[in-house]
Amino acid sequence: MWRIRCFEERVARLKRTLQVHGLIHLSIGGEGVAAAVCRQLRDDDAVYSGHRAHGHAIAKGAPLDKLMAELMGRAGGLCRGLGGSMHLVDREHGLLGATGVVGGNIPLALGNALAARVRASDEVTVVFFGDGAVQAGHFNESVNLAALWELPVIFVCENNGFAEFTPRSAHTPVARVADVVAPYGFDRETVQGSDVPAVFEAFAAFLRAARGGHGPMLLECLTHRRRGHYEGDQQRYRDATAEEQWEQRDPLARLRSQATAQGWLDEPTLDGLEREARAEVDTAVEVARASPFPDPGLPTQLVYASA
Amino acid sequence: MAREIPYIAAINEAIHLEMARDEDVLYFGQNLATTENDEFVKSFGHDRVRVTPISETAEIGIAIGAALAGLRPVVELYMAEFMLVAMNQVVNEAPRFRYMSGGRVKVPLVLKAGYGFTAGWAGQHTGSIYGMFMGVPGLKVALPATAADAKGLMATAIRDDNPVCYFHHYLLTLEPGDVPEGEHLVPFGEAAVRREGGDVTIVATGWMVGKALAAAESLAAEGLSAEVIDPRTLVPLDIATILTSVEKTGRVVLVDQAPRHASASAVIAAEIADRGFSSLKAPIKQVTALDATIPYSEPMEAYVLPDEEKIAGAARQVLGSAPVTA
Repeated sequence: MWRIRCFEERVARLKRTLQVHGLIHLSIGGEGVAAAVCRQLRDDDAVYSGHRAHGHAIAKGAPLDKLMAELMGRAGGLCRGLGGSMHLVDREHGLLGATGVVGGNIPLALGNALAARVRASDEVTVVFFGDGAVQAGHFNESVNLAALWELPVIFVCENNGFAEFTPRSAHTPVARVADVVAPYGFDRETVQGSDVPAVFEAFAAFLRAARGGHGPMLLECLTHRRRGHYEGDQQRYRDATAEEQWEQRDPLARLRSQATAQGWLDEPTLDGLEREARAEVDTAVEVARASPFPDPGLPTQLVYASA
Repeated sequence: MAREIPYIAAINEAIHLEMARDEDVLYFGQNLATTENDEFVKSFGHDRVRVTPISETAEIGIAIGAALAGLRPVVELYMAEFMLVAMNQVVNEAPRFRYMSGGRVKVPLVLKAGYGFTAGWAGQHTGSIYGMFMGVPGLKVALPATAADAKGLMATAIRDDNPVCYFHHYLLTLEPGDVPEGEHLVPFGEAAVRREGGDVTIVATGWMVGKALAAAESLAAEGLSAEVIDPRTLVPLDIATILTSVEKTGRVVLVDQAPRHASASAVIAAEIADRGFSSLKAPIKQVTALDATIPYSEPMEAYVLPDEEKIAGAARQVLGSAPVTA
């Protein structure tokens, strides 16, 4: 979680000085979900993500230096500088794809689960999306087919209450995403996204079932986006009071107090984790800066696979 | 050994053979495999042959995800227009993934859709919409005009490592033709010269190939020799064969069932103007559908579409035996 937090704080700074290029969406405040879910997955389990993907990529194992190099548009980037922040693919670690159109990733995840079914493999597919995707057709078509075909896919909705710049209440009369899928009869649960052990336990139960070939399931994590929809967003739509409340629900602060109260980890160890994460991010930035920009002719070579 | 079978049977034969050859090939779509007597279900089972609900976005999206996982899905979409329901998946997901990953993944899938059903199906089931997919880097576009090509292009599409839009023409569905038995592959990007001639080059696709050949026949009766070229795939486009023919004839008529401003012929005309201008002895003529939605009533439908007479008329104009008009 500290690795995600430190990475994204650094990305925000690099974006302000234009060392990171293009459209950037940060997940600060929502790291707990990525960490609690992806930590439990194997490299051959697939994750599909959306435009706010850095956290999922890091938690799934993408190397920070390659990720930073991608965001800085360098040849050594995860996708050789062709994808950028919203289109991350790290096949080696099972990040099969982040895709930039809200909800466009959901049916793709079903395809991966179908492949696992056809090949009688126990691989599990997880798809992350926000509450904004739920009102789109992709979600509803996919939920129906996943239920009909009983695919081993776990839908993980990060419900941060905002679809881009608009509150959920302006999009739908249905308060909880878990209620949207109720008629399909599959297992679903809503948890506080900042309560990392709660996310971990709820997901663990779903993962056991999916590993056994069951599915689909939906885990709704009530979370928060501490920053704007994108870096540079003026956030005039924000409620100042809610901001203060959310300060207290920061998943890192919350996990820290849970960890010390329960005796899982002591303060010096926790401080060490943060220091290590910051050092790793410093190194990642150095490595990324040392990577050259890609050959401008690369795009024409990659439009088509050769066969 | 070749034997005569209908265009549609040739397509099905290709899919069947490829599914038998490679267990990674899946086939799914609406109204498919609804009975146990279905030839595909009997041969390959419901795991690989699936009926889907009317959910184009999910069908195509699942195919992309399955392709990224290493399978080779063929999606039965019936009508080309149904792809429009799922344009995000067709345009923004399938052809972008390989590229945006820096070439680290591939998306081998076939989107099979019929088009051009101009037999009173009116405005929403008759479109010749392949032109819009030519403008999407990463997609390939196949347009078979004969039963043999219907088989050979489908087999090649399934083996291709890229997303392929395979558009079969509904008015050719029952058209018989000699089709090789067993494995038959037609390479992408190789145009077929359907008729050789020295006076004018006519380029046509799909159902229009037959119209162009009929026009060439009537021109021959007037002593005019037309060469008819069928590109077979629009992406990749075999512009070299077309330019070679234009060098010989110096005159071109481009025939396309699509509305002019969304046609493949507009792209081919631009390529000829760009690369073959010095060969031209007359302006390039395009015989396309009008820039109008296909109407329902038969005389209006005929008015909007290209036909043999319009093609022959355009050829006479570029040959100077009739005045060139807009």
